[in-house]
Amino acid sequence: MSAAILTFALGYAQLVLSLAACVAGVRILRGPRAQDRVLALDALYIIVMLVFLVTGMQLGTMFFFEAAMIVATMGFVSSIALAKFLFRGEVIE
Amino acid sequence: MTPLAAIPLWLALPIAFLVMLGATLTLIGAIGFLRLGNFYDRLHAPTLATSWGMGGVVLGSLLLATQVEGRVILHELVIAFAILITAPVTLMLLGRAALHRDRSEGSTQLPDALRHRRSSETAENSESDE
Repeated sequence: MSAAILTFALGYAQLVLSLAACVAGVRILRGPRAQDRVLALDALYIIVMLVFLVTGMQLGTMFFFEAAMIVATMGFVSSIALAKFLFRGEVIE
Repeated sequence: MTPLAAIPLWLALPIAFLVMLGATLTLIGAIGFLRLGNFYDRLHAPTLATSWGMGGVVLGSLLLATQVEGRVILHELVIAFAILITAPVTLMLLGRAALHRDRSEGSTQLPDALRHRRSSETAENSESDE
């Protein structure tokens, strides 16, 4: 019983999160200006991190947790670098 | 699926609820991100994913890992903590960058009150603007 509930919940979460990732991808393609695309990329990083966490729960391995942590950290660094780039036109002064 | 079958029902229900709540809130945030018309409105939509969207999935993952391993596992809180701290920094910086770009291009999308720098802001920005 609990296996069925968890399988359904994790499958639903994977489906819904991948839909959300597609929606963020549409915004990356459509975004009228550069800041919209950077914002969409930041949202996409978070959504992909959540997909990794849910997949890790489904497969019961620690591997996806470490991947999710790296995605979260690198997403922050890249978003900050892109935001700095939008400010000045260069990242390192 | 053997590890999932060993979870007791009283724990499986809250885990399923938290994970589904987190995923649904993330999708709602993403849809808002697509539908809102202005960049400054859109800036608010991903916060749904970074607050309870992330919180629900992380709490569910934490409960599941704790039950499966048979000891208290708090690794997931590291991710939650990192996202909670970094998301506002990113959004704040992006908002400032967009405001800077809109002002320097004289965009008509900005409300009148934001179109020109206030005097306190000019003093703070003048050293960093060279």
